[in-house]
Amino acid sequence: MWDYLKLVVLGVVAVSAAIAANYARDLAYMVNAMTIMLAAGITFLVVLRGMDEPKKINTGEYMDGVIRAGVIATTFWGVVGFLVGVVIASQLAFPQLNFEFLQGYGNFGRLRPLHTSAVIFAFGGNALIMSAFYVVQRTSAVRLFGGNLAWFTFWGYQLFIVLAATGYVLGATQGKEYAEPVWYVDIWLTIVWVSFLVVFAGTLMHRKEPHIYVANWFYLSMILTVAMLHLVNNLAVPVSIFGSAQVQLFSGVQDAMTQWWYGHNAVGFFLTAGFLGMMYYFVPKQAERPVFSYKLSIIHFWALIFLYIWAGPHHLHYTALPDWAATLGMVFSVVLWMPSWGGMINGLMTLSGAWDKLRTDPIIRMMVVSIGFYGMSTFEGPMMSIKAVNSLSHYTDWTIGHVHSGALGWNGMITFGVLYFLTPRLWNRERLYSLTLVSWHFWLATIGIVLYASSMWVTGIMEGLMWREVDANGFLVNAFADTVAAKFPMYVVRALGGGLYLTGGLIMAYNLWMTVRAQPAKAAVNANNAVPAE
Amino acid sequence: MCAKKVTPAKPGEVPTTGHQWDGIEEYDNPMPRWWVWVFYATIVWGIGYSIAYPAWPMITGATPGVLGWSTRAEVATEIKRFDDANAPIKAKLVETDLTAISSDPELMSFAENAGAAVFRTNCAQCHGSGAAGVEGKGYPNLLDDDWLWGGDIENIHLTIAHGIRNTTDPDARYSEMPKFGVDGLLEPQQISEVVEYVLKLSGQEHDAALATPGQTVFVENCAACHLENGAGDPALGAPRLSDAIWLYGGSRDAITYTVVNARFGVMPNWNARLTEDEIRAVALYVHSRGGGQ
Repeated sequence: MWDYLKLVVLGVVAVSAAIAANYARDLAYMVNAMTIMLAAGITFLVVLRGMDEPKKINTGEYMDGVIRAGVIATTFWGVVGFLVGVVIASQLAFPQLNFEFLQGYGNFGRLRPLHTSAVIFAFGGNALIMSAFYVVQRTSAVRLFGGNLAWFTFWGYQLFIVLAATGYVLGATQGKEYAEPVWYVDIWLTIVWVSFLVVFAGTLMHRKEPHIYVANWFYLSMILTVAMLHLVNNLAVPVSIFGSAQVQLFSGVQDAMTQWWYGHNAVGFFLTAGFLGMMYYFVPKQAERPVFSYKLSIIHFWALIFLYIWAGPHHLHYTALPDWAATLGMVFSVVLWMPSWGGMINGLMTLSGAWDKLRTDPIIRMMVVSIGFYGMSTFEGPMMSIKAVNSLSHYTDWTIGHVHSGALGWNGMITFGVLYFLTPRLWNRERLYSLTLVSWHFWLATIGIVLYASSMWVTGIMEGLMWREVDANGFLVNAFADTVAAKFPMYVVRALGGGLYLTGGLIMAYNLWMTVRAQPAKAAVNANNAVPAE
Repeated sequence: MCAKKVTPAKPGEVPTTGHQWDGIEEYDNPMPRWWVWVFYATIVWGIGYSIAYPAWPMITGATPGVLGWSTRAEVATEIKRFDDANAPIKAKLVETDLTAISSDPELMSFAENAGAAVFRTNCAQCHGSGAAGVEGKGYPNLLDDDWLWGGDIENIHLTIAHGIRNTTDPDARYSEMPKFGVDGLLEPQQISEVVEYVLKLSGQEHDAALATPGQTVFVENCAACHLENGAGDPALGAPRLSDAIWLYGGSRDAITYTVVNARFGVMPNWNARLTEDEIRAVALYVHSRGGGQ
């Protein structure tokens, strides 16, 4: 009965998408409609073929298939995102790479949102969903709630990524940083995200442990807050139901404030709270040590959640935003410093008594470096939110460097650690294919980040100083083009750093592939994948 | 599996909270003292800062802060400081006759600095930060002595103030070359001929058999503006064709394109965006670059 309903819904979606493609007012909408039609059609066939199969759900095992798919997707999108990053970094250093034949599809303006969305939402998002599913099952000692709903979350999220990415390249965008997807992609993401919430919260509600583990507080806060941010920042009226254009509900400085309330908390909840959830499970697991302090975790959790949401205005210092809002944004950002560092302290101190593992275990090394970069970025952030510092750093490459020391150092490195942790366990392999390759990955990525961040600090500060330089009579000393020309060598260094980071990512992909393909399976029954008895 | 006793402390080790998730336990360590105190300190600082500066939204406005500081006032003060300091010399710059300024070293030095700043902000986008233009793309080089609309200080001033062929200033410099090919004013054969003649005028390699009848075409159609010897006429913005400097390129293909489609280079009138002292300053700056007449 349930399957018949699914078939009807999928059929209606496929036919509607075909009709929409026919009436499409722009190319991006048409391609997206055809993608939806294809996805609905394929799902229709899969459901149809499975109609007669007996439904067997092995409740004695954790639901790991969807997490394995998540590991593959995270690795794949990671490499794609890093690659596009290297391409656009090279385009900035060598504008000739914006080839004439790529105009309108592959020039910097089209590829830049592709890069940011690929790394934040495709790589980071898949890492979050996949690890949340893994952690919530283990720490609740139950199988994922909702049966195949987790698969819907996974595939629905991939469809969101493909719709958004093809849309950007073909010119469909809302023009809001990190919220570029157009109205129908936003609606689809809302549906997928609610399914994620249902699976995650449902699993928590059915847990067999008396308490909710700290990692799950962070994951849940991430899911709830991102839902709220997404809904408010994307309030818009479509120009036509057959087109990708829309009109934003807010305008002017209200729109800017809403956008950066969203943008900053995308960093705060997606890239900080969510990844702290990862950290709180995988670091103690890999180090085989208890978490340093329960008290610290609870205080820094609530302080972080309360303070982050107010910090957005620091993105709009010295703009049309009223001074009072800028002051509050700055004050909350500075107060946020210690709550952010609470996570770093808990992560690093968990390793006390296990520091020797740094020598022997490259995965622990990755996690430690990621926590180090987390601490550095969460100090740099409050510092840059101070108006006096911001008047120098705003609009310069310093911001880009700050973002990347957080994204490459913290989010990237902790995700690599998690992928190395999960792959042998999920595919029931005795060990990783090669720890030497993990070390190579570690050093390439670390040197890549250092090149990236330091070159951007240099250009950022240089740019800020050159822009504000005036002579004795108050006349500007430098033309804007002079600052662009002066940045060239640092742009080359940045692209080089990105290249090293990408190479590390490729080595990881190879290592994980060979782990699954070539390593012997564990002989014994995998206790890791069995739900504990009551 | 779930009910746990508090783990008995090993010697020298703090107890855990007694829970366990998938093998993970939590120590019952206190929060680091320095962490707590720095956190408190930032909160105290935050309260103090938000009293000192505009911060808390009320019903009709926000608290202004006891220091009375605002970003707008800060910028206005800084601008006023330079404006006040520069006011006498700016007034002198506007009052002094354009041609007389260069003989006053102090005034000229100020004008060149100010003009350079104005140029870098407003003119460099087209003419390049070194004022060398973009060869062959229609952005004239301002360093040479080849001037479309005249290279003395008064003409340069006029061009900057009113611009060229724009629709916003009725006093803008204006002239329009006919589209000889597009509008069918010349036959394709005549165009090939006149192009060869223009190549000859500028001392380039050309087909003499075509250039000879091309001279007739030139005299009948082009000489009114470009003059019979191709020297051009700054009063009409008609470029000199008898030299090696080309605004849109001097190759056979580029000249043919120009004759067929004509060109229509536009420059904004800067009197709408710059003050008179700024226009004078940048005019003097351009005039002093080397090509000024």
